[in-house]
Amino acid sequence: MTDIAAAVSPSAETTALPSRLAQGFISRLVIIIPYLWLLFFFLVPFIIVFKISLSQTAISMPPYTPVLDFADGISGFLAGFRELNFDNYTWLTQDALYFNAYVTSVIIAGISTVLTLIVGYPIAYGMARAPASVRPTLLMLVILPFWTSFLIRVYAWIGILKPEGLLNQVLLATGIISQPLIILNTYTAIFIGIVYSYLPFMVLPLYSSLEKMDYSLIEAAKDLGCPPTSAFWKITFPLSLPGVIAGCLLVFIPAVGEFVIPDLLGGSQTLMIGKTLWNEFFANRDWPVSSAVAVILLLLLIVPIMFFQRAQARAQEQDK
Amino acid sequence: MIRKALLLSATSALLTLFTAGGHADDRVVNVYNWSDYIDSSIIDDFTKKTGIKVVYDTFDSNEILETKLLAGGSGYDVVVPSANFLARQIQAGVFQKLDKSKLPNISNMWDVVSERTAKYDPSNEYSVNYMWGTVGLGYNMKKVQAALGTDKIDSWDVFFNPESLAKLKDCGVYVLDSPADIIPAALKYLGLDPNSTSPDDIAKAQEALLKVRPYIRKFHSSEYINALANGDICLAVGWSGDVFQARNRAEEAKQGVEIGYSVPKEGAQMWFDQMAIPADAPHAAEAHEFINYMMTPEVIAKSSNYVLYANGNKASQQFVDKALLEDTAVYPDEETTKKLYTVQPYDPKTQRIITRTWTKIVTGQ
Repeated sequence: MTDIAAAVSPSAETTALPSRLAQGFISRLVIIIPYLWLLFFFLVPFIIVFKISLSQTAISMPPYTPVLDFADGISGFLAGFRELNFDNYTWLTQDALYFNAYVTSVIIAGISTVLTLIVGYPIAYGMARAPASVRPTLLMLVILPFWTSFLIRVYAWIGILKPEGLLNQVLLATGIISQPLIILNTYTAIFIGIVYSYLPFMVLPLYSSLEKMDYSLIEAAKDLGCPPTSAFWKITFPLSLPGVIAGCLLVFIPAVGEFVIPDLLGGSQTLMIGKTLWNEFFANRDWPVSSAVAVILLLLLIVPIMFFQRAQARAQEQDK
Repeated sequence: MIRKALLLSATSALLTLFTAGGHADDRVVNVYNWSDYIDSSIIDDFTKKTGIKVVYDTFDSNEILETKLLAGGSGYDVVVPSANFLARQIQAGVFQKLDKSKLPNISNMWDVVSERTAKYDPSNEYSVNYMWGTVGLGYNMKKVQAALGTDKIDSWDVFFNPESLAKLKDCGVYVLDSPADIIPAALKYLGLDPNSTSPDDIAKAQEALLKVRPYIRKFHSSEYINALANGDICLAVGWSGDVFQARNRAEEAKQGVEIGYSVPKEGAQMWFDQMAIPADAPHAAEAHEFINYMMTPEVIAKSSNYVLYANGNKASQQFVDKALLEDTAVYPDEETTKKLYTVQPYDPKTQRIITRTWTKIVTGQ
């Protein structure tokens, strides 16, 4: 993003005044669009969800009692404030189920993130060190899986991992194992699925920070007698840290709320918050409690998101 | 179940977009039915006969359908929920009363079924039956023979007795991910009322299910069809017609997999899928025509022959394949019918206990 800004700004300075004014208007418009996007597609839905989380279930359409309704005018709306109750949130604290589900989700997301980093770092490093002429092709290869539906790719892993699947057949045929490995419907399968699905989100930010790195620093370290391993840990890794943080958060945040991968690849014993939310919403028809679960999940994720934004801001300052 | 639902909801969102822009003079009916649940030639025939275009969309869980209906404005004209879900949806005001004057074929319906569906929909004011079936045991005959020394299963004991299920653990056991089907079965096996809402009884059912939980590979409501057909598993607690579909797929595949289905002697749940019209259906007149057409004896028989479920249409039985009609697992004889029970919808409080219990059973915590 900073590259684009750098490329645009010099040309803006050389243009004539009227068009500069127009440009000022356009750039303001460009800023407004993302804010409007956030307002309509994040804030408004969030307020609706939050409102539902304060209501009670009912056998009706929609299946909850109205809360803070404007139907009775402003006075009715204000009266509604006094009647607000947070029963649904108290309910979440009364059953260990929700707490366990949150904790399991965070642990699974955390382990997956570390694994993705371990797999993704060498890939990004290799790409960044590759000759400049091949890099666009390598970049393309990383993005290529996105052209196929996410669901189909996860489904394909069932075919690979199941007891009679591709992996077991190959391993059995080559005599490496004598009994089929039970991977499908275990936590291992969930980790494989998440690492596979989110790998590009890890590789791309890592690549962009590694690519920018000045390789002469490493050469200097070598000249001064620094062995390659410690050169990596003393120079390359610290310089790629913004990429590491960005990549980890891009993997961790969606992985916490992940629903499809654990449902398809995981076993029935996997208790994650996405599934709990699904149960409340669909099986119990309890829209208020499921909304409360969603609000808490969001609050839980806001901490890493804010951390991410601060890290990005810092990285951008460093660039300047 | 869910990933399919994700796909489905995406397609149906598109569908509503497109249908909303249709011309007023084009006659259309938007049908929302279970997946793999109709012979598609029936839809073509209906369009040929009436000139009404059918926009056909599918779901694979009652929960998905119910959520769409409760949110309102689904855009569907004919939906097919199971009776215990339908009962609660009627209470919520989801459906409109059927105009029986537009449904002359209703005289073809079978009183044995209508009497039972009236428990969910008093006087059958809102719905007519599409198909019905049982919840029982589907199994791989050879693998069960090898593990248990018999290829004849006739009791819930095979499933609820930990010693017996332990023997089937390695060849694989799947169970419907549907508490409303499995918990009543556990209660019945324990000799309790399958409709019991007493927390003590539900706790006993939970205990019985937790005892066999270590031997269950997966809880899922549709994967067992393929798993049975491929020989990946040897026992599934599932819906009758799904097991028959697995049996047919296995026969077609010619891999030597033979599938059996048993209605346990202790009793099994009878369920009904009912056609109904949402209160806000945009094409109610066409919906009535569609439902009436589906009650034509030849038409519904064709559907039964294809999906392998029994229907609630008495007059259609002369057109149903003889093998299907005489199969007591599909059309149970009088003695078996007596042992079948129906399940009433849970009130919200019991529903919460049931779901919580189910989470404990499924996750083992």
